[in-house]
Amino acid sequence: MTFVAKPKLHHPTLPQNALCYTRRDYEGKISTLCAGCGHDSISAAIIQACWELSLEPHRLAKLSGIGCSSKTPDYFLGQSHGFNTVHGRMPSVLTGANLANRELIYLGVSGDGDSASIGIGQFVHAIRRGVNMTYIVENNGVYGLTKGQFSATADQGSTSKRGVVNADSPIDLIGLALQLGATYVGRSFSGDKAQLVPLIKGAIAHRGAAFLDVISPCVAFNNHAGSTKSYEYVRAHNDAVNRLDVIPARAEIAVDYSAGETVEVEQHDGSRLRLHKIDADYDPRDRIAAMNYVQQHQARGEVVTGLLYVDAEAEDLHAHLNTVTAPFNRLEAAELSPGAAVLAKINAGFR
Amino acid sequence: MATVQEETAAAVPVPLSAVNDFVIKFANVNGSGSASANELFAKSILRMGVPVSPRNIFPSNIQGLPTWYEVRVNERGWLGRRGGVDLMVAMNPQTWDADLAEIEPGGYLFYDSTKPLPRSKFRSDVHVIGVPLTQLCSEHYTVARERQLFKNIMYIGALSVLLEVEPDAIEKLLAEQYRGKEKLLDANRQAFQLGRRYVLDNLPHPIGLRVRRADNVGERIFVDGNTAAALGCVYGGATVCAWYPITPSSSLAEAFQKYCMKYRVDPASGANRFAIVQAEDEIASIGMVVGAGWNGARAFTTTSGPGISLMNEFIGLAYFAEIPVTIIDVQRGGPSTGMPTRTQQSDVLACAYASHGDTKHVLLLPQDPTECFEFAAAALDLADRLQTPVFVLTDLDIGMNQRLCEPLAWDDARVYDRGKVMTAEELDAGKEFGRYKDVDGDGIPYRTYPGTHPTKGAYFTRGTSRDPYARYSERGPDYVYNMERLLHKFDTARSLVPAPLPRSAAKPARFGAIYYGSTSPAMAEAIALLEQDGLQLDTLRVRAFPFAESVRAFIDAHDAVYVVEQNRDAQLRSLLINEFDLDPARVPAVLHYDGTPITARFIARAIGERVRTAAAQTSHAGAC
Ligand SMILES: Cc1ncc(C[n+]2csc(CCOP(=O)(O)OP(=O)(O)O)c2C)c(N)n1
Ligand code: SF4
Ligand SMILES: [Mg+2]
Repeated sequence: MTFVAKPKLHHPTLPQNALCYTRRDYEGKISTLCAGCGHDSISAAIIQACWELSLEPHRLAKLSGIGCSSKTPDYFLGQSHGFNTVHGRMPSVLTGANLANRELIYLGVSGDGDSASIGIGQFVHAIRRGVNMTYIVENNGVYGLTKGQFSATADQGSTSKRGVVNADSPIDLIGLALQLGATYVGRSFSGDKAQLVPLIKGAIAHRGAAFLDVISPCVAFNNHAGSTKSYEYVRAHNDAVNRLDVIPARAEIAVDYSAGETVEVEQHDGSRLRLHKIDADYDPRDRIAAMNYVQQHQARGEVVTGLLYVDAEAEDLHAHLNTVTAPFNRLEAAELSPGAAVLAKINAGFR
Repeated sequence: MATVQEETAAAVPVPLSAVNDFVIKFANVNGSGSASANELFAKSILRMGVPVSPRNIFPSNIQGLPTWYEVRVNERGWLGRRGGVDLMVAMNPQTWDADLAEIEPGGYLFYDSTKPLPRSKFRSDVHVIGVPLTQLCSEHYTVARERQLFKNIMYIGALSVLLEVEPDAIEKLLAEQYRGKEKLLDANRQAFQLGRRYVLDNLPHPIGLRVRRADNVGERIFVDGNTAAALGCVYGGATVCAWYPITPSSSLAEAFQKYCMKYRVDPASGANRFAIVQAEDEIASIGMVVGAGWNGARAFTTTSGPGISLMNEFIGLAYFAEIPVTIIDVQRGGPSTGMPTRTQQSDVLACAYASHGDTKHVLLLPQDPTECFEFAAAALDLADRLQTPVFVLTDLDIGMNQRLCEPLAWDDARVYDRGKVMTAEELDAGKEFGRYKDVDGDGIPYRTYPGTHPTKGAYFTRGTSRDPYARYSERGPDYVYNMERLLHKFDTARSLVPAPLPRSAAKPARFGAIYYGSTSPAMAEAIALLEQDGLQLDTLRVRAFPFAESVRAFIDAHDAVYVVEQNRDAQLRSLLINEFDLDPARVPAVLHYDGTPITARFIARAIGERVRTAAAQTSHAGAC
């Protein structure tokens, strides 16, 4: 038996998606984060993206680690199961959950402390394995929840609110994700919803490990002069390589762009990623070139954003493990136990 | 038989003589190919209907270090270590002195006599049997590796004549092992016969120790605990296995893989009904198991002590957020890297109270491979039923040694107990859902799988405190309600886990003993040894934590109850004292923890001495 979502009753003027859901149906609890925190804008972008994609909220599972960023799954998609795991270990829990039921959509939300500091190992290996997920790091360069210590993504030479200079070189999660084989890699800014929403939509539609590094200023601890993760700094240094439109499968192609201006990539589910080029030389289908570009521009202090890399042919962990299409959590003894007769044979082999 | 010091032959004790009851130990060099020859030897005796119990004692190393294989041959079926060695097959010059010292007076030393050894290298009270193995090999083989390998099968040949092991049994086993590899089979047969021929032509035979055909093996199987536990996971319906290699648990995950590849592939599509992930560490292993369990699949990990330490934070999450998790801990010598290839029961407390805060966990304590199979499958059911981590605590002795045990059994009518899972139909029918609410009075709440229903039954799982409806809450009463419910749930577990098994002495006994896990076979023999000495002992084999009330009753019913275990700090005893608020004096500890499996002689001696002292003290007190 399948259960079809029934929308809540809302004001009739609110726009509805293909499931007759309004954006309200994708909201969660009231956020308890600081007013102006970048993380809340990312939650809003997730809500918008899921609404636009007409996802059934209960078919998505949202997982996170620990931190202000990791609290946010409580603030969107209230009809989805959520799991606030332990600090830095969301990727392993998401991997296990994904193995248990491949039919759901998996959204992992993490912070820069969660993913680049304590959880760097799990981040690295979940990407390597090609877990089918959308992995969002809400990157503010600090540990918000423990009151402003530097995280591993803080830039060398940037200063803390109290004036301490960070001497350690930063971990660039985009560079790592590209090198480790993530098959959908993007960077954005919590303050740029127009760029962020399609990037999330494309990531959700992607089969494989999709990673988004979203600069998300912490207004309480890292929004001062001297920070490279402040609203002001990111706005001044944002180097967007492209603008993305996600066109659902079977949708009419309304306008034709000339080849030099756009790149179009069809994902496995039939949806198309249409990229409007801002930097004419940038080709998001070339992993090595993407790595070079990001490195070169970062060295100049620029924050490269956009869809940086996509491999539409990607396979995921289930393909690597050659698992059955039925979700594991629905298999019963008849499908899992080899039976008493086989056991008798196994016993005979032990004599 | 030639003894080294002919002139003092009169001083040599009478050669040990025994039929179907002796201990033979092979001292080898790691990586020399001795393992399969030694196993062949043990199996051939089994095929003669005589129970054997072999134990590998091996180093944490791939090649070059000493390794031993100790075989207990015992017609009565004692499968524990007895203690002492009757025949030493000394193939390792590095350990010669220590190996020689272990032989019982009147026992036998078998060695490679190619190079003459000075008299000082022998013991006058031991009978020496020399076979020039190296020389024989050099005469018959040219390739260096062959010279090494066939030495092993050659000494098996020699031993078969000395001990009267039926050559047919060995030849049959060889034929089974090398089926389809005729060239190898022939070469092995030849080496085997060379060994036999040499003894037949040159040495007195048989010796005092002999194997005679019996009928005491029956339907029993010969398998190691890790293989059996892996099969338990296959039969018990585990679909996700996440693990990180560590001795002595790795072979469990590898066996799971082997059997899944054989029995868990969908015949129509060729796709797998299982997923095995070799994780980046034990934190990730347990994290994956937590994720899969949360999402309704049966999942397990297998590890040893260091892995348990790493998993601690997640174990607390699974306990508090109530997620089914199965952890098979094949214990080894700790702390730290400790004795990684030796056995111990030293993770009991680390598992029972794993993680920070107030926690208690379900432990299952199998005694042999049969119970490894049963308890692994049971753990998957219990984890789902109780929505909590369940530990199966085996050890290297059970896990990595082949043990004669009852055949594995499975009832095809058995359905998996998925515990309290609320379905979309139930939610639609208006059944109230409070994720952390005790509606049935057993402390176990209902859960829903992610994706169940569009508008009902979704909840947010977290390691922070919450109210019965899974809403974040820092209110004291909400926290206390939850912690009390978890205790109540643990109490419910008491009646669901395997019950302790009592055994009463023939006559009323003042003293008792509690033991568990791999101590079991040595304990059985120790009881018989003590009875021979006129000492009666009631025993109770504990098979799980939380302890049944009958464990307390057993302790109350005796003047003293010895708690026999294989760790330094008397961990199960501490657990008993703590959980039952016992007077420690009532449960004296009997501890063996040098890394070798406990022996019957050790237990009998330790308990015998104490019982006699205790009895003397009470009679003295009575006289005052
Ligand atoms: C094992 C462990 N160590 C430390 C902490 C304390 N802690 C909570 S959140 C956090 C840092 C979070 O930083 P980040 O992931 O960047 O999230 P943000 O709050 O900045 O969004 C730390 C160190 C913890 N919860 N668990
Ligand atoms: S402390 Fe920083 S990261 Fe946390 S909620 Fe406030 S602004 Fe956001
Ligand atoms: Mg942060």
